[in-house]
Amino acid sequence: MANLLAFIGRKFISFIEHVGGVFVLLGRVLKSLPWLFGNLGLVVEQMSQMGVNSLPLVLITSIFTGAVSAIQAAYQFQDFVPMRYLGTAVGKAVVIELGPVLTALVVAGRVGASIAAELGTMKVTEQLDALKTLAIDPVPFLVSPRFIAGLAMLPILTIMSDFIAIMGGYTVALLFLDITSNTFLSGLKMFFHFRDVIAGLVKALVFGGIISTIGCYQGFQTKGGAKGVGRSTTKAVVISMVLILIGDYVIASLVF
Amino acid sequence: MIKIVDLHKSFGENHVLNGLNLDVQRGETMVIIGRSGCGKSVLVKHMIGLIRPDQGQIIVDGDEITNHREEELFRLRRKFGMLFQSAALLDSMTVGENVGLGLRYHTSLDKEAIQERVKSKLALVGLSGMECLEPAELSGGMKKRVGLARAIAMDPKYVIYDEPTTGLDPIMADVINELIMRLQRELSITSIVVTHDIASATKIADRISMLHEGKIIFDGTAEDVLRSTNPIVEQFIKGSATGPIKPV
Ligand SMILES: Nc1ncnc2c1ncn2[C@@H]1O[C@H](COP(=O)(O)OP(=O)(O)OP(=O)(O)O)[C@@H](O)[C@H]1O
Ligand SMILES: [Mg+2]
Repeated sequence: MANLLAFIGRKFISFIEHVGGVFVLLGRVLKSLPWLFGNLGLVVEQMSQMGVNSLPLVLITSIFTGAVSAIQAAYQFQDFVPMRYLGTAVGKAVVIELGPVLTALVVAGRVGASIAAELGTMKVTEQLDALKTLAIDPVPFLVSPRFIAGLAMLPILTIMSDFIAIMGGYTVALLFLDITSNTFLSGLKMFFHFRDVIAGLVKALVFGGIISTIGCYQGFQTKGGAKGVGRSTTKAVVISMVLILIGDYVIASLVF
Repeated sequence: MIKIVDLHKSFGENHVLNGLNLDVQRGETMVIIGRSGCGKSVLVKHMIGLIRPDQGQIIVDGDEITNHREEELFRLRRKFGMLFQSAALLDSMTVGENVGLGLRYHTSLDKEAIQERVKSKLALVGLSGMECLEPAELSGGMKKRVGLARAIAMDPKYVIYDEPTTGLDPIMADVINELIMRLQRELSITSIVVTHDIASATKIADRISMLHEGKIIFDGTAEDVLRSTNPIVEQFIKGSATGPIKPV
């Protein structure tokens, strides 16, 4: 019993330490922004990498998400709700929820993992020490560009994902559900609030911050060799995904 | 000068440094020898604040760095160049970018001037024209030499060489020895050299210190070392499996 309590206590303390560590890291990122402004090349490089890394996966995910949400909505509407609301349902689901969250989950798996693996490898092969020895602080040099790129790219990817997903739903509606183009599109426009899009993009922004911050933090925490890199990569993905889902709930309850 | 007083460092139960004292005088080449795993790399990493001591003081040019905050450490590190034992080249960058990295972020030199500097430093280590290669394309010894070029690119006041000649052929090893001596002579760089290579040590050293069981147990000139009757030093220099050091 005492052992169990001690175990829980230790876990709790280390949890608090990590939370503190993440905020310290964020603070150092903020402090480095003026410097980063003079080295925008670093940010552009990360943005293009994130985009290239995630775009194909995001697009495939989005097409099928949109398609499936159209089929599911049509099934639930049967005999109760007129089909002219199908576009509304698909549009709302995609813009508010599916677009931002699924994009973020996919990017967490792809980009979050690669950030953690890259920085983790640099840590265990003394490359971070080498940077420090050259009097280059790894936080502005490595973390800040990734952080800003995450903030910038997630909303962009989410907009693309929204668009493609709606196209997916539209295609399914036209081809398999006997709904005319007009019906779908008028439904889509009917309750279309700009606020929904903004809410979705705010989510994307927060998720982008989560993915790069957690990826970098886990990378820096890496110890040991290849095994350690594997461990922190997994942790980065799992923690970001959990935080994305929690963040989704928090933002939803604040906005709506 | 660098002064280390009563330095202690443990990793868990592994007490690596145990009350170590060491002075490195301005402009001298101090060679640190000792068995593999005795803590030489750990010791030199303390000098630039990459590892924090458990106890003791490290004084660089009159500044006690033990309690320096991270920003102060970055200022301190500008005085240093370090060749890592593993070379530690940044593998996302080319050889040229690695060597020019410090110049790019700490000087106002333009691209051409940096390229010039990089070229001349690579020539010093016998790697002319290799700017565009990736670290993954290099042999172990070539990586070492790129790491060396990077360490001296900013013309630092102190250079720490962690096993500069390990993995080099005898001829290239001597080229590096000559280079270390030349840098000391011409730029009055203070050098701290970690090595197992006794020939190299006796050639370049002004002073040799031997690290054993967490302390400096011997400190003297190359002749002192060769003439030493300390059984531990004697065994190490002769490279004998029998003696007071147990080859566990
Ligand atoms: N980051 C670390 N975490 C835990 N233990 C470490 C760490 N770095 C070094 N050690 C331990 O400290 C001891 C000294 O290591 P160090 O690398 O300084 O040896 P060395 O004298 O440089 O050996 P070599 O000549 O083989 O390079 C070793 O027992 C090593 O296991
Ligand atoms: Mg070593």
